[in-house]
Amino acid sequence: MSSSAVAAPRGGRAKRLAAVVLGRQPIGLLFGAPYAAFIAVVFAYPLGLAVWMSFHRYFFTAPGVSVPRPFVGLDNYRAVLTDPAVRQSFVNILVFLVINVPLTVALSLLLATALNAAIPFRAFFRVSYYVPYVTASVAVVGVWLFLFRTGGLADHALGPLAPKPSWLVNEHWAMPSIAFYVAWKQLGFFILLYLAALQNVPKELYESAAVDGASKWRAFRAVTIPGVRPATTLVTLLAVITGANLFTEPYLLTGGGGPNGKSASPVLLMYQRGIEQNHPDLAAAIGVILVMGVLLIVGIQQLLERRARI
Amino acid sequence: MTQTTPVLADVAPVPDEPVDTHRPARRGMAWRIVALLLGAVLFLFPFYYMIIGSLQRSPDTSVGGVLPHPGDMTLHNYAQINDAISLGRTLINSGIFTGGVLFGTVVFGVLAGYALAQLHCRGRGVLGATMVLLQVIPFQLLIIPLYVLIVRNYGLGDSYLGMIAPFAINSTAVFVFRQYFLQLPPDLFNAARIDGASELRILLNIALPLVKPALLTAMLMTFIGPWNEFLWPFLVTKQHDKQPLAVALANYISTVSGEAANPFGAILAGACVLAAPAVALFIAFQRHFVSTNLGSGVKG
Repeated sequence: MSSSAVAAPRGGRAKRLAAVVLGRQPIGLLFGAPYAAFIAVVFAYPLGLAVWMSFHRYFFTAPGVSVPRPFVGLDNYRAVLTDPAVRQSFVNILVFLVINVPLTVALSLLLATALNAAIPFRAFFRVSYYVPYVTASVAVVGVWLFLFRTGGLADHALGPLAPKPSWLVNEHWAMPSIAFYVAWKQLGFFILLYLAALQNVPKELYESAAVDGASKWRAFRAVTIPGVRPATTLVTLLAVITGANLFTEPYLLTGGGGPNGKSASPVLLMYQRGIEQNHPDLAAAIGVILVMGVLLIVGIQQLLERRARI
Repeated sequence: MTQTTPVLADVAPVPDEPVDTHRPARRGMAWRIVALLLGAVLFLFPFYYMIIGSLQRSPDTSVGGVLPHPGDMTLHNYAQINDAISLGRTLINSGIFTGGVLFGTVVFGVLAGYALAQLHCRGRGVLGATMVLLQVIPFQLLIIPLYVLIVRNYGLGDSYLGMIAPFAINSTAVFVFRQYFLQLPPDLFNAARIDGASELRILLNIALPLVKPALLTAMLMTFIGPWNEFLWPFLVTKQHDKQPLAVALANYISTVSGEAANPFGAILAGACVLAAPAVALFIAFQRHFVSTNLGSGVKG
C-alpha cells in the first residue's frame, strides 16, 4: 500500500498507468471516500429528489405501499405561486432581508473596527458578542418572548411609545422583530469574520491617510470599507442564506408565522404544506423556488460587485 | 502547543497602533470603549434576564423586575421544567446526537481534509469544489426529501442514526481542516514517504499534531450545530424519550406552557439548562475561537 503511494517513479509500467488513472497517491481516494459518499447520499441525491418531486404528484403512504406518482409538469409550481399564503411568505422574507442584511453588515463592521485595537477587556467584549451566536435559538427565543410579549419588559420600559398591538402580535412589527432578533443573534459570528479581514488591510494605508490629514471617519470610508470588501461579500452571502433558512423564529417567536401569516417564512410553509398537510410535492416546489431566489440574489450581488470594481 | 509557523498561531491578533499615543487618539479610544460597552450590554442583557426570570417565583415584567429580589427567588421553575420534559433524558439525547456528529466530523472530516490538501489523486478537484458549493445550499431545502428518505423510506424516525445522518460530517469543518493542512509544507510529508511511512501514519503522527488548534476550533464550531439544531430533530423524533433538549423545550414553549403556573419561569429555566453547556464551552475555549482560525475562508 505504502509503496504505491510513494511519489517517486520507481515502479513498473502498471504502477505508472495507475498513477496516471488514479493520481500519484491513490490512497487519497480511500481517505476522501466517506466524505464523498456522505455528500452523495445526504446532499446530491436529496437535491435531485426534491427537483423530481416538484414535478410529480407525491404524497406519503403507509410503508410498503406503492402508488403511482404521475408527472404533473408545472402543476405544483402553479399551485404554490397562486397560494396567497406562500406569496405572503416570500414577501415576508424580502422584508426580512431588506432590514436584516444592511443592519448586519453595518453593525458587525463597526463593532469589529472598534474591537480591532489594543483595548482593555478585549477578550471579554469578544466573548460577549458571540455568546448569542453559540446559544440555541430555542433558548434565546424563550427570553425574547418574555421580553417582547404583550405586557413584557419592552412594553413596560417604552410605556406609551410601545406599539399596539404588541411587537410579536402586530402585523407591521412581527417580521421586523424577527429581522432584528436574527441580526442580534448572528452578529458575533460576522464580527469575527470582519476581525479576520481587518488584519489584511495594510497598516501603511492608515498611516498615509493620517499623514494626509484624513479624519478617522474619512479613513474608515476610504481605507477600511474597500479593504474588507471580500469579507462584506461573504457576510452578505451568509446573511442571505441564514434568512432563506428561517424557521425556528417564526415557528416559536410569532407562534407559527402570525399574525395572519405576516411573519411566515417559506421554510415554515414547506413544513406546514409538506409534512403537516401531506403535500411534499408542493413543499419541494417551494424549496426549489426559494433556492432559485437565493441564487438570483447572489448572482445580482456578484454582478454589482464586479461593476463596482471596474 | 506546537506552533511551527506564525500562520498557525491561535492567538488573537492585537495590532499595535502607533497613532494611539496622541491625545486625539486617546479620545477616540474612549469612544471606542463606550461603543463596545453599549454593545456588550445589548448582547448580554437577555442572558442576564434569562437567569433572573428562571429564578422568579411569579413572572415580574415591570422595569423593577430586572433587579434580583432575593426574597422572591426559587429553584421551583427548574423542578417544574424537569417534571415536564425530563431534563436528564433530553440532555443525554442531545449529547448522543452531538457526540455522533463530532465523531463523524473528526474521523472522516480529517481524512477528507488531508486528502484534499496533501494527496494527489483523481477527483480531488471535484470533491473540493463540491465542498465549497455546499456552503451555499440552504440546508432547509433538503428537509423534505431527507424526511422522505430517512423517516419514510428507511424507517429511521425516532432513532439516533436518523438524527445524526444529515449532519454526520460538517462541511465547514472539512474546509477548515483542508485550509490548515494546506499550510503545512509538502516536503515534510515527502520526507516521511521516502522513509516508507504509510499515509495514515503520516496523517496521525506528523500532520495532526501540527494542526491541533484547527482541530479544537472545528470541534467547537461543529458542537453548536447539532446541540442547537431544532428543525431536523423536531421532524425525526415524535417519541418524547428520543427528543434532544432543544426539541423538547420548543414543544413545551409551543404547546403545554399554558398549563403551568409560571410558564415563563419554567421556559427560562429550560433555556438556561440548554444554553449553559455551549456558553461554558465557548468561554473555556475562547482562545481557540478567534478570527485567525476562522479567517481562512475570508483570506481565500
